[in-house]
Order: sequence, then C-alpha cells, then structure tokens
Amino acid sequence: MAVESGEPDLQFRDPEKAEQLTDRLEALMDDIGERVTIMHVCGSHEQAIAKYGLRSLLPDGLTIRMGPGCPVCVTDMPEVDEAVALAEDGKIVATYGDMLRVPGTEKSLDDAKADGADVRVVYSASEAAEIAEEEPEREVVFFATGFETTAAPTAAVLTADPPENFSILSAHKYVPPAMEVVAELPDTDVDGFLAAGHAATITGYGLFEEFVEDYEVPTVVGGFEPIDILFGLAKLLEFIRDDEPGLANAYQRCVSEEGNVPAKETMWDVFETTTGEWRGIAQIPEANLVLREEYRQYDARERFDIDVDTASSNPLTEECLCGEIMAGKADPDDCDLFGEECTPQDPVGACMVSSEGPCKIWLEYGGQPDI
Amino acid sequence: MCLGIPGQITEIDGTEATAEFWDVEKTVRIDIVDEDVEVGDYILNHAGFAIRKIPDEEVEETIEIYESFLEGDEDEALEEIGGEPDERLGIGGD
Repeated sequence: MAVESGEPDLQFRDPEKAEQLTDRLEALMDDIGERVTIMHVCGSHEQAIAKYGLRSLLPDGLTIRMGPGCPVCVTDMPEVDEAVALAEDGKIVATYGDMLRVPGTEKSLDDAKADGADVRVVYSASEAAEIAEEEPEREVVFFATGFETTAAPTAAVLTADPPENFSILSAHKYVPPAMEVVAELPDTDVDGFLAAGHAATITGYGLFEEFVEDYEVPTVVGGFEPIDILFGLAKLLEFIRDDEPGLANAYQRCVSEEGNVPAKETMWDVFETTTGEWRGIAQIPEANLVLREEYRQYDARERFDIDVDTASSNPLTEECLCGEIMAGKADPDDCDLFGEECTPQDPVGACMVSSEGPCKIWLEYGGQPDI
Repeated sequence: MCLGIPGQITEIDGTEATAEFWDVEKTVRIDIVDEDVEVGDYILNHAGFAIRKIPDEEVEETIEIYESFLEGDEDEALEEIGGEPDERLGIGGD
C-alpha cells in the first residue's frame, strides 16, 4: 500500500520476510507430512504468484492451483455472442479492455470492431454512462463483466439515474457459489482456499463463515503482495496442520468482517442472483447476477431483441482446457493447444486472453517451474 | 479486473474525486466508498470507484502482525487477523 506518495509497498516485498515465511511454510509442511493443494480464486493472485516466482519458493508437496477466479475466463461464450450481436446491430458496446479479444462462438468484440462495429474500451461503468450522455442519439450498452468488485460499481451507476439510452448486458458473476461447486467436484482435491482480497473488500470475510462450516475447508482471505500471499498460505497450512477448518483474514488493511456495507447494499439493491453457466465449469446455482425488476429498464436483454448467431464454432474450442483449468482440475500446460495453436495473439480460449487468465500468465512468466 | 490500486485523494467534487496513483492523477467515483473521505486520505481504487478508505495505521499494523507471526506468536497473530485459535468455526470447538 502506498503510505507515502511515490513509495509503493515495498515492505510487502521484503526478501528477508519472504525467506522467513518460506522457512515457516517448509516447517509446516514437515509437520503435515503429506501433499497439500491450496486453491486461490483470483486472477490477480495468479498474476502475483507467477510474477514474483512464488511457486519456486514453495516447499515440495505444496501445490497452488487457480480456481474459477478470472471473470473474463468464466464469461460464457453466448454472453460474448450477445455483446457481438448488439455491436453488429449498431449499438455502441462499451466494456473493459480484457473482454475485447475473448472469443465468442464465431467472433470476438475485437473482430466485430475490425468489421466496423462501434466497440469501445472503458475503465469504469461510469465512463460507459458518460458515453451515453455524450451520444444521446445512440444506444450505449455496457457489457458488464467481473465479480463483486466490478458489480458494485455497475450498480452504483444504475442507481445514479443514468441516461435513457444507456443499458447493461450483465455477465457479472458472484464467486462464493462457484467456490462451493469447486469444493464439491469429486476430482478437485482442495485442502484450503485462499480467498480473493478485493472481492472480500466488498463482501467482507464474514461471508465465508458458512462456507467454512458447510464444507469444512480452511479459508483465508489474502492480499496481493508477495508477503501477503506467503502469509496467507502459512495461515492455511496452520489450519491444515491442526486439522481445523478455520477462517482468517490475512488482508486486514483492506478487508473487514462485514466488508463495504454501502457498496454491498447498492449491489444487492440492483442485482439478484440467478443460475447460470460458467464457461467450461458448470451451471452454477445463484452465481450469475441479473438486474432486479426495478432496474429492468436498463437491461439490454429486455430492451433489445438480441439475435445471437451461433453458426459455427472454432473446432479447436473443443480441445481447449479452460474450463478444467478454472475448476482446478488441470494446469495450463496440460492443454495441447497451450502456446501452440493458442497464444495471446491468437487465443482459442478466454484463459489466454485476459491479463488475469492463467494460460496467458503462465505463458508470460514461464508457468510452473520444475524444481 | 480484480486488483485494486491504492491512491491518495487530492481533490473532491461531489461524488467524484481526483486521486494520485504514484504520480498519475485519475478521477475516481467516491459514492460507494465505505466511509467519508477527505483530501489526503488513501483509497483503494477499483474500476474507477474507491471501494475502501485505507487507514494509514493499518499498513503498519499489518507488518507488525506478520512480524509477531514470524516470531512464533501464532495465536496472537491469528487472533489479530480474525481467526479463532481455540474455536473451530461452528464445528463444535470449545
């Protein structure tokens, strides 16, 4: 955290502390005496783990897998198809940069843009609403993706009386039910969850109490600096060593028990949960966010007759392991397409597109080092 | 898409504020931040919205917690971060 302007949080990257923490991890693994698999559920965790080479510091027998924590990666193909159809139908489609190259059935938003559609990258939902204000003659659709951290800002824009020519195509998703599905998958063996710090900034760590009780899996909310992650892992190993399905908040400077109450309230005033497809994983109950009745006038699906063309799909899509990777059942380099037919320049699956996509991260940073 | 960036508020205008992120100034919305913010406060910016006011002292506190953990006072560190060393959450601990 920047405490003094211009001073990034180097104290959370202190090599000496990192070494002490990895020694601690080593000792804890010795005590445990068997293999341990920790799953994190955030693309930013994967980014930090890969960028700082944390896997190479981990003791033998401790594996960190990525779960369904990349919102771009779990956005279902038909949702991309809907956004493409709207863009091709003359609407201005505004969305986060990560979404542009995610393949739909036939094309991505980037392809639609190349063919002349008006697709714009925005950094926030409010920027999309501003475009609607500036272009009152055009319909502006915000392709709204992401978890709680972006759903709350989208909700805030809708409660602030946006222009009538503004609507949203919600692909927002809600993480906790997906964690439950992954915890129940027979072939995903997870000993502990490292929960996403910034989603928990909104929802609060108290949200996970029920999950920990029901699934008896230790869960620790973790931050994104190297020391934060190592500390979070150490707390998880302690719970595992003590055979204790506990819950801890290892990211106290951003996360509280109840979270950001006004943001949460705004989010639930505007959205409700529904069952929906998470790309490659499953239909997940209560894990997709759709607009409540009171905000239906801003729902692009209600406002427009979206004609989705699903003529042909890339045959390589069948071979893509994105879903298995998101469910923690495979690593990026288990996929035959990885770095060959599927690259960031020419992605087959969403996991190779986003800066938070595990395949793109592994390709960029060299993936899992052989130790 | 999930990573918040800490920045310092330099100006406030209604529900919008200007914040400085390592010498880059950006506009952020402050209508869903968890408490009132003033010029000089640190916030966590996410997708153009401040989602948390960061108390300065919590950064120092975090380091202290990590240090007490490394010095072997696990229970104290665990208690500090919201874990319950002697109680299994809802699983009949004592």
